[in-house]
Amino acid sequence: MSESDKPSPSQEPTDPTRRDFLTLTACALGAVGVGAAAMPFINSMNPAADVLALASVDIETKDIPVGTGKTVLWRGKPVFVRHRSDEEIKAANETSIKSLPDQQTDQERFSKDPKWLVVVGVCTHLGCVPNEKKNPDKGNEADGWLCPCHGSVYDLSGRVISGPAPKNLEIPPYQFVNNGSVIRIG
Amino acid sequence: MSLIRWIDERLPIFTFFNKELKEYPTPKNLNYLWNFGSLAGIILVIMILSGIFLAMHYVPHVSMAFDSVERIMRDVNGGWLIRYIHMNGASMFFIVVYIHIFRGLFYGSYKSPRELLWILGVVILLLMMATAFMGYVLPWGQMSFWGATVITNLFSAFPFGESIVHWLWGGFSVDNPTLNRFFVLHYLFPFLIVAVSGLHLVALHQFGSNNPLGIDRTKPTDSIPFHPYYTIKDLFGLGVFLLIYCGFIFFAPNFFGEPDNYIPANPLVTPAHIVPEWYFLPFYAILRSIPDKLGGVLTMFGAVFVLAVVPWLDRNPIRSSRFRPIYKHLFWVLVLNCFVLGWIGAKPPEGMYLIIGRLATAYYFFHFLILLPLLGKYEPRPKLPLSFDDKAVKSL
Amino acid sequence: MKKMTLVLFLVMIIPCHADNAVPHLPKQNWSFNSAFGTFKRNELQRGFQVYKEVCSACHSLKRIRFRDLKSLGFKESEIKTIAAGYEVKDGPNAEGEMFQRKALPSDAIPSPYPNDNAARATNNGALPPDLSLIVKAREGGADYVHALMNGYIDPPAGIVIEGGRHYNQYFPGGQISMAKPLTDGQVTYADGTSATVEQMSRDVSTFLAWAAEPETEQRKQMGVKVMAYLLFMTVIFYFTMRRIWRDVKK
Repeated sequence: MSESDKPSPSQEPTDPTRRDFLTLTACALGAVGVGAAAMPFINSMNPAADVLALASVDIETKDIPVGTGKTVLWRGKPVFVRHRSDEEIKAANETSIKSLPDQQTDQERFSKDPKWLVVVGVCTHLGCVPNEKKNPDKGNEADGWLCPCHGSVYDLSGRVISGPAPKNLEIPPYQFVNNGSVIRIG
Repeated sequence: MSLIRWIDERLPIFTFFNKELKEYPTPKNLNYLWNFGSLAGIILVIMILSGIFLAMHYVPHVSMAFDSVERIMRDVNGGWLIRYIHMNGASMFFIVVYIHIFRGLFYGSYKSPRELLWILGVVILLLMMATAFMGYVLPWGQMSFWGATVITNLFSAFPFGESIVHWLWGGFSVDNPTLNRFFVLHYLFPFLIVAVSGLHLVALHQFGSNNPLGIDRTKPTDSIPFHPYYTIKDLFGLGVFLLIYCGFIFFAPNFFGEPDNYIPANPLVTPAHIVPEWYFLPFYAILRSIPDKLGGVLTMFGAVFVLAVVPWLDRNPIRSSRFRPIYKHLFWVLVLNCFVLGWIGAKPPEGMYLIIGRLATAYYFFHFLILLPLLGKYEPRPKLPLSFDDKAVKSL
Repeated sequence: MKKMTLVLFLVMIIPCHADNAVPHLPKQNWSFNSAFGTFKRNELQRGFQVYKEVCSACHSLKRIRFRDLKSLGFKESEIKTIAAGYEVKDGPNAEGEMFQRKALPSDAIPSPYPNDNAARATNNGALPPDLSLIVKAREGGADYVHALMNGYIDPPAGIVIEGGRHYNQYFPGGQISMAKPLTDGQVTYADGTSATVEQMSRDVSTFLAWAAEPETEQRKQMGVKVMAYLLFMTVIFYFTMRRIWRDVKK
């Protein structure tokens, strides 16, 4: 093939070591620009401000008397908040953890304030919402939860006692604010 | 054996891109007016990407559409940026495409053998107009609603008009069924534009680009490989374009828009002046210059269709206006005329404005239907350069 | 070249499609207007106070949530307190009834009326528009809102005011249903600034400009960086292009 058949040769050398500094800079900065431009698009898929605003839920402790509980919606999931009585706390402490599938003491779980149980009400087996379980031998007092789907049983510390659930009920991040008058979940 | 060779043997993508994008012989004398094709392609990609991410948050229901757009603007991370990219991108798309079209008219890029390339371009323009029209309805502002009402009502001018319009609306007025289907079709059409643009490029590569001299290339030294010469030139042009585009996005994001569209749609209150987006103004002027409803609709669509037949209206063998002593001036008269039409489109159709609008409409068709064929036959034909390097023959 | 200049000139004119039924709007100097514009926190807070104490009697601001007021410089605890001063409807409760509760930061600023019909019934059939987007929804933006507040004059000779309306020289058509909303000293500013009509209209226009475009400062700051980067890249591309094209003879 003779020279005249080819289009005018480009000045640009193909040997990478002689690559034009200008071209290299342009390419590198261009790539940075494209990456930077992609960021807002990817970030737009992250939770939006209105979703984040509902990312935490405040509960007034005075709204929940001793020995009763409340279920609140947090990030689309139910959270059981229970104001435990002294007997309930004592019973939870006295349970032998060796008999539990997922060994955790009640103190480990609720070191902040054992009077308040805060657990995510989603069964760790396959995700159903357990129901409150009442003990007919103790005057129909609540003594834990029973999952209707496959029969997992949880005690008043949210620990799985029996059934297919592998782990204890999850404890969400929570803290006491306003001198302990408010529980903030998330 | 390298991975690239392994893939290429089975699916010759690399060979294909090497031939059509890297080595591809391109006229060496193209000016900046040839940047606008690649620019349009890039804007199309930007519009599709920004549109997809907007669609993740937009709700196409009359009770939530406006609110969902405001949610994008206020709550979605970077939502205001994506929305303004999409909104201003539409205007940029039309500016670029209009310049691209006028380039074609000036340099005779529509002439043989590129007639089909040109017609595909007209198809792309029509698809763009439909896409933009439906897109503007989605925010469900006052202009969205009333613009949709006015334009869809036009179809009642056709025989069986009322049935057609009810079919379009999915009801007895522009309402939720209309909004929902416009959303779906607005999402679909850009992919049709991608497909037709692909055909547009295939047609282009059959004979290669036209050039400012309008004469065919005769020797290999008339051409240079697309890469790196035109890749870098297109990148530079892209930089200039992005500077203008981002100027609008960040510092004047509502420059091309109408304040009335920040008022939620109200079927019981008609805005004082219903105006379409600026890129439709010339067509709106043409529509309103004809007193008969059906006549107006046909004339408006006729203004686009007349473009498609330009290769047969203008049979002058000289392509580039650089060598057409009369047409090169009449071209600018046409450009001015289109601006006049655009200006008229924003004015109420009465008094002096109506008269000027009618004259401008008449001139538009006069240019294509009368002037072009006449010039084709009677315009003096100066000598064309014999080759790209022929310095003896100067442009007029 | 001359043709291009003419064309470009025309391009500039075409978008000016405003038809002037009202006198020319006086242009104000706003801190947020320039390419490097920002909102002044004290202006925003005063403007919010004007909205709260004057405008909110009739105008809703439903697209602003209490948490958005963080941009005005309020702390989280202050926002909680501001919100708690309002009541919102919630429910149904376990008994199936709707109930009132204190507003939270995640709630929107409550509207003065439960619905548009109630608003019209109390305002002679006129609907006081929601103000969240008013600056973007009117030709002239913040200049228009400011001018409107100060535009109440005696009607020109020969103009008959219809049913309970008022004359405002900047309102399209001249006859506006809203009575002059601002009078000197109407509000006692928390920061001690003298609350003249001019001051209040300026502050509330600034506040409403923020309400319509809360992203303004971030948008402009990002814009400056993007333009600088693009300018730099374009210059690099230009010189790279010149080098690559050096050997091509036209």
